[in-house]
Amino acid sequence: MRHTRIKAAIAVLGLTLSLAACGDAGSDDEGGNDVEVKENAADDFEDGTYMKELAEAGKITVGVKYDQPGLGFKGATADVPSGFDVEIAKLLVADLGIDPEDTDATTWEETVSDNREPFLTEGKVDLVLASYSITDERRQVVGQTGPYFTTGQQLLVPADSDVESIDDLKGQEVCSVTGSTSIDRINEKGAKGVGFDSYSECVQKVLDGTVAAMSTDGSILAGFAAQNEGQLKVVGDEFSEERIGVGYSLEHPEMCEWINGVLEESFEDGSWAKAFEDTLGPSGVETPDPPALDECPAA
Amino acid sequence: MQAVLDNFDAYLKAFGYTFALFLVSGFLSLVLGTLLVAMRVGPIAVLRTAASVYVTVVRNTPLVIVFGFFSFAAPPLGINFKWLDVSIGGYDFTTLFGAAVASLSLYTSAFVCEALRSGINAVPLGQAEAARAIGLPFGGVMRQVVLPLAFRASLPPLASVQIALIKNTSVAAVFGVAEATYDMRSLLNDFGATQKFGIFVCFAIGYIVIVEVFSFISYRLERRWRVAL
Repeated sequence: MRHTRIKAAIAVLGLTLSLAACGDAGSDDEGGNDVEVKENAADDFEDGTYMKELAEAGKITVGVKYDQPGLGFKGATADVPSGFDVEIAKLLVADLGIDPEDTDATTWEETVSDNREPFLTEGKVDLVLASYSITDERRQVVGQTGPYFTTGQQLLVPADSDVESIDDLKGQEVCSVTGSTSIDRINEKGAKGVGFDSYSECVQKVLDGTVAAMSTDGSILAGFAAQNEGQLKVVGDEFSEERIGVGYSLEHPEMCEWINGVLEESFEDGSWAKAFEDTLGPSGVETPDPPALDECPAA
Repeated sequence: MQAVLDNFDAYLKAFGYTFALFLVSGFLSLVLGTLLVAMRVGPIAVLRTAASVYVTVVRNTPLVIVFGFFSFAAPPLGINFKWLDVSIGGYDFTTLFGAAVASLSLYTSAFVCEALRSGINAVPLGQAEAARAIGLPFGGVMRQVVLPLAFRASLPPLASVQIALIKNTSVAAVFGVAEATYDMRSLLNDFGATQKFGIFVCFAIGYIVIVEVFSFISYRLERRWRVAL
């Protein structure tokens, strides 16, 4: 049952990717993912808040992934990355009265797992939406709120592998990316986590048989399985619950309430569900109910 | 600083991997470099050319590219280290370690070869001629007369090459080997906001200690082996 579902998911995701590739040639306005840019947004924010500062400057930098089909992905010729993370980011950016499609106003900075905290603490990016799991350790360093999405860690193995769950991989090397929670989870489960700089390097290692499997959020793995159809498959139950949230700098704690407010609004007016259907929906995953948001820490 | 002290086990283990990389690749590069230099000064033209082509190519290639070759280009061609699966006291030496050792050894051996060649140039011609005069074949001349003298004469540049190797092991961090630089990156990721300076200092100290111990040994050898030619 699961196999057929995954196969269907992969097939549809593959189709979407190819469709999306075709779409690039056409007009961007047809994307259907247009968000309404708020006018005079600066008036809505209190003086002294970072949101007001951003809205008045009319510029924002958002950290997203570039190499995760369906979540955060940027093709070589695309101006703006695509994916669910990016759609959610667009809602936030638009709420500040900034046009997310205008690359002069909105800078989409590539963040990899390893540099998300440094980028936030150093102020290189204002927001991070990069399949960023909320953890207590990270909350010591940066602000995280949400979640706007929950997923779980699974395994990506060669198509002819008989590995069925992480328990089959005790003592073996399983790769993921450096600085991700996935590595810790792999180690906890008794396998040996090996970290690379990017998911694509890790996928390469699975393909050439250097490591037995790759492990991270199922939604990320499905994208890679689709890219390497027939060579790779996603297996196993989700063995963790990842709560994907928005990262911001602890220097601006007021951003938390604002982010939660925008997310809450998107849950209610259906733009969250629409973003999901447009990006991850085609992979066959049913649009889930929006997750419950964490409360902001008292500022 | 506190971050490193709290994770001192991981810190030591990471430098253990660094040290293991250095020991194995250092040894292999010395053996291979010696072979190369023997080929370069030997009487067979084909081997001479082969060795100098190798040295030129490898010495002019950045280490990261050599690493990249053994990590990503070589495995599909069947050059992998899957046969390597050794565990000694909590340390695992597997495929990734093998690829790192191969890259570091092949890269460093080109420099070892050139350092040794400078030593051979320092051996007076008369020594080799005398060795030949008593009837030693080329192998005997090299093994019993020229190379021992050349090793002693080129000890300082050889030590520099090996020190460079110690520091070059850090490149393995990007290719999945959990050595010191890899560990430093993960600590920076977790505690970088508040303890960046301390973490960098601690890891710099680790490298300095290894390099200093090595330099000390090489100084002692230099004094003990001093030759008057």
